Amino acid sequence: MNALTLGLDRARLELKMYSREKEAVFFSFLFPILLLALFSVIFGSQFDGGDGGMTAGGYFLPGMLSAGVLLTSFQTMAMSVTAERDDGTLKRLRATPMPPVAYFFGKVGLVAVSSTLQVALLLLVARLLFGVELPTTADRWAVFALVFALGVFGGTVLGIAYSSMATARTVGAVVIGPMLVLQFISGVYIAFDDVPQWLQQVAAVFPLKWIAQGMRSVFFPDQLASAEMAGSWETGRTAMVLCAWAVGGLVVCVLTFEWFKRGTT
Amino acid sequence: MPDAITIRGLTKGYEGRNAVDGLDLDIHAGECFALLGPNGAGKTTTVEIAEGFRARDAGEVRVLGTDPQGAGLEWRNRVGIVLQTTGGLDLLTPREALASTAKSYSHPRAVADVLASVGLDDKADTRIVGLSGGQRRRLDVALGIVGRPELLFLDEPTTGFDPQARRDFWELIRSLAAEGTTILLTTHYLDEAENLADRVGVIAAGRLLALDTPEALGGRSAEEATVTWEEDGIRHSLTTPTPTAEVARLAARMPDGEVPALTVTRPSLEDTYLAMIAPHVADDTPDSHGTPDGHGTPDLTEVTA
Repeated sequence: MNALTLGLDRARLELKMYSREKEAVFFSFLFPILLLALFSVIFGSQFDGGDGGMTAGGYFLPGMLSAGVLLTSFQTMAMSVTAERDDGTLKRLRATPMPPVAYFFGKVGLVAVSSTLQVALLLLVARLLFGVELPTTADRWAVFALVFALGVFGGTVLGIAYSSMATARTVGAVVIGPMLVLQFISGVYIAFDDVPQWLQQVAAVFPLKWIAQGMRSVFFPDQLASAEMAGSWETGRTAMVLCAWAVGGLVVCVLTFEWFKRGTT
Repeated sequence: MPDAITIRGLTKGYEGRNAVDGLDLDIHAGECFALLGPNGAGKTTTVEIAEGFRARDAGEVRVLGTDPQGAGLEWRNRVGIVLQTTGGLDLLTPREALASTAKSYSHPRAVADVLASVGLDDKADTRIVGLSGGQRRRLDVALGIVGRPELLFLDEPTTGFDPQARRDFWELIRSLAAEGTTILLTTHYLDEAENLADRVGVIAAGRLLALDTPEALGGRSAEEATVTWEEDGIRHSLTTPTPTAEVARLAARMPDGEVPALTVTRPSLEDTYLAMIAPHVADDTPDSHGTPDGHGTPDLTEVTA
């Protein structure tokens, strides 16, 4: 059987395992949806009529979409690959004639399906439960698709690359801690213009800030572009930064991937 | 038929110490070979080099005619590996895990047949997380044989098994051997080696100390037997090359022709093995006498005394 068929089978198997892991489903898949609901309820009264008729749901939607991309791609990959290296799954796969590319194909397939479902559910909940107006023009959806695809692919390869830095014992701290900090300074949970300028500069090095900015450009009214760091949406620059991270992540991933636990070979 | 595994002058060091130190070993096609040795003897390193999981420092290794270091997927297709520990399958069922693994191989066994042969048919659709330790180990073996390997590596397969599970497991290994699968087994259980292996190799300090059939290892079939009995309330013991004659002589001496508390023993495989590795174990761990792992030297002195 060829690598593509085996990759598809791996993707099916990965999805099966993912959907059966209740903690993963809750903390990565449903978490952004839960947070959107929570923020809409908590901050609902502060948004009545203000900000050009924006609702709390509409205000937080881009941030939650960005958090979702981060969770389902980067965090899921970093944690699952670390666990698989540690519990011998990778070694067992390496002992079979499965082409290595099928494994990565399976991971990409898992992330593609789970993040697409998550985004669809998030948009549906935002529209139906919180009355968020979704964009109606094709160019906005095109930007959305681009930011989403680059964000998810980059997050997947960076997550796999990052897994080499953790062990099963340290993975919680090594992955979740930095991710939480990054989400706050990147304007996912709080308005980006509330973040001090020097921290904004730090955040601008990492892709999450650009994903969030790209998502705002899709779902926010145009006049809010002036609140951004550069005073505009910087769509071209966003695409470039995300592309650079995705390509860089892929290269690092291919060069540094380890099938065996540290100290066992 | 050419040998399944040929090892010449294999050397592998870690931090200045040679874990494997000029090892030579041939494993014939179709045999079940048990590799014995104390912890740290170089067993795992040797096996992992043969499995293509570790690089060597020096020496020649051929496994199914190919150098395992950097061997491709074609070679993997012919080799089955049952690792010491496997995890990560908890959320699948045995049937799902086997079906997916089988797809990588060119001529896999039928999943249902494999499930039946390891006695997991009634657990085929239960999540693996709910399996007992013994059932999981049998699944590990199932994953190792589903690709119909010519050569199977079994690393301490029955650690933690209850006696019945171990007997069942031996049956499974015997049936694989009967089908012509070459098996390289590492184990700490001497009875396991005695029951399964056509030949036994003992390694310590990275070298081969002995290589023979389990019956003849260390010349034990030719060794003197120990006869013990009671006479006038005292326990007597003597070693002799002719135990039958000795027992007849004793019987003639007893008033009713019956020798009280008579035993005739030859060194067991375990005795022979322990005597063989004793110098090497003592080198590493001076306090090994009476260690909690039970293979204490006291048993040994009793027999050879």
